[in-house]
Amino acid sequence: MKYESQKVAYWFFATCMLLLSLQLVYGFIMAFAHAGYDVLHPVIPFNAARASHNNLLVMWLLAGFMGAAYYIIPDECERPLYWPKLAYVQLIALVIVGVTAIIGFHFNWWEGRKFLEIPRPLDYLVVVDVLLFVANIGMTVWKAPKMTTTSIVLFFGLLMAAVLYLPGMIPTDHQTHDAFWRWWVVHLWVEGVWELIMGGILAYLLIRLTGVDREIVEKWLYVIVGFTFLSGILGTGHHYYFIGTPNYWLWVGGIFSALEPLAFLGMAIYGLALAKKGGRNHPNRIALFWTVGCCVMSFVGAGFLGIAHTLPQVNLYTHGTLVTAMHGHMAFWGAYAMLVLAIMTYALPQLTGRKLFDKMSATFAFWATNIGMLAMTVAFGVAGVAQVYLERRAGMEFLDVQRELQVHFFGLILAASLFTLGIVAFIYNFIRYGGPAGEVEESVSLGAAAAAPAE
Amino acid sequence: MLSKSAARAFFLSGTLLFGAVFIWLTVDTFQRIPAQTNADDLTESVARGKKIWEENNCMGCHTLLGEGAYYAPELTRVYERRGPAFITQMLKDPEAVYPGQRKMVKYDFTEEQINDMIAFFEWIGRMDLNGFPPEPTIGLAAAAPIAIPGGERPQIFTQVCVACHSLGGVGGTIGPALDGVGDRFDRGYLMRWITDPQAVKPGTQMPKLGLTDEQRNEVVIFLSKQREGGL
Repeated sequence: MKYESQKVAYWFFATCMLLLSLQLVYGFIMAFAHAGYDVLHPVIPFNAARASHNNLLVMWLLAGFMGAAYYIIPDECERPLYWPKLAYVQLIALVIVGVTAIIGFHFNWWEGRKFLEIPRPLDYLVVVDVLLFVANIGMTVWKAPKMTTTSIVLFFGLLMAAVLYLPGMIPTDHQTHDAFWRWWVVHLWVEGVWELIMGGILAYLLIRLTGVDREIVEKWLYVIVGFTFLSGILGTGHHYYFIGTPNYWLWVGGIFSALEPLAFLGMAIYGLALAKKGGRNHPNRIALFWTVGCCVMSFVGAGFLGIAHTLPQVNLYTHGTLVTAMHGHMAFWGAYAMLVLAIMTYALPQLTGRKLFDKMSATFAFWATNIGMLAMTVAFGVAGVAQVYLERRAGMEFLDVQRELQVHFFGLILAASLFTLGIVAFIYNFIRYGGPAGEVEESVSLGAAAAAPAE
Repeated sequence: MLSKSAARAFFLSGTLLFGAVFIWLTVDTFQRIPAQTNADDLTESVARGKKIWEENNCMGCHTLLGEGAYYAPELTRVYERRGPAFITQMLKDPEAVYPGQRKMVKYDFTEEQINDMIAFFEWIGRMDLNGFPPEPTIGLAAAAPIAIPGGERPQIFTQVCVACHSLGGVGGTIGPALDGVGDRFDRGYLMRWITDPQAVKPGTQMPKLGLTDEQRNEVVIFLSKQREGGL
């Protein structure tokens, strides 16, 4: 760690762990409800659990991105954060807004728009909070002696994420307009600018962990994010097939969605090739596991399983079924959850000054979560395909179909239990690291010590 | 070999080009949406219905236009499929309509709010959605309806009764199949049963449906004609 102000990242990561734990609790509530045990219905109806599950995910990923930026940007730019105290204020504000929103959901206070359930007054606070964050990062980059491609890509990803939150707030009485703008936020986030953030963080990790020359890593970073936008922007069309928009979106969305896996495939090859090419034996092996794992699993979840149901002919039947949940879980896990866990695994030894990277529990966390998530994806997939055939193809009544699907949710709960064991191991490790106490090094940081010759 | 500046140029030009195309398509789409969605029929009642839909996070369980959660039925065509009588009963007391099944929150809506919801669903149901939701393609539901006695199925039967009961192999399985029901019960019994199930058989799961006299008559006559070999 180079600068004292990077330490704020630790508290963002700690927030991640807390929100992630809560997210899992709501996941189990929903899985049991689907399996026929909606015992909590009077207290936490399904829609409250669902809104909490999704928004906790978005919040902990955003907290993770912010923590990552606060850690990476000073390191890349070689100067401390411009407003170190503001970072703490901004974290506290984020937590207060988030917790208020989650509590509100349980009292029927929300906007009821998929993924953007946070009530409108809180939306404005989110915008202010994110702008403060972007300003802090922006000033740090602007005043820096050195501007790297990695830091610029990361900064623009974060800035665009903030800007693209705004279309979701356009008021309308028309359901089609509503859905249209909602996907400007959600799709252009996860299949657009969040991939810039992802690309930036991955480039940073790969440079540090593999020792491959920065020029090579950053060149391919441009190529990959280039493919992301080339396919991802018009790929938004796959949300515009069946919402009352013109049918040319079936062509536009179909063709460009089919190109979307290219960016993720590029990411997977990039991660694997650099890991192989890099001559460095970085002691933090498990961070490299998470980094390369993220590259590969994002291709499986977001790329491969994405194209598996964005073809219009397929999507006509799978749209609005559990097949979407199958793709969604693996995509968010592979692309974004693993990314945040990767940067945490890399940064924690530096932030806390303790080197616990070769512990058995760290390896267990990696494998248990990944195998658990793969098994969950299979359970969702089987339930989803069964639903498509019984309900959409054969025209059975919804509730009759759902009774037939209950058994698959026991499979899901088993898989989710393994996943949860992995997360428990990860959090156990996080706690063992203790608070931020790492020495600020005069010249180079722990990880960068070995990285110095390559730069 | 590709240089870093060429890679950057590829990224910037691709993003600008496809971003511009996307904005152009967005403008074009907004010009076409009104015709495709009957935007002229978007009354104040529909707008209020949408607001109620959002304020109670209905999308947290249901899907509409295929968007939402996957815990409760797709509602895009619910007006056509179930009709206003069923929707009204469901919004008033969901657990009375589907006792012992997956639960829905009871919202205590006013009559006016329920009418707004129905207006919203009616408007949504008439949109041109490029073929969504698709018709069944396999099994009995996709085949021509099996000929049954009693002539054409009354609309109220195909909207309300089939939610739980099947006839000719098509319909729900929560209640018993209705094939041959006319052999088992006479008209008087059927009328008393449909009017107030609890009075006939206390503790039954069959809900009181709130049908009009005319609708009840129609259903009872139709059911009484359901006799084995009565085709």
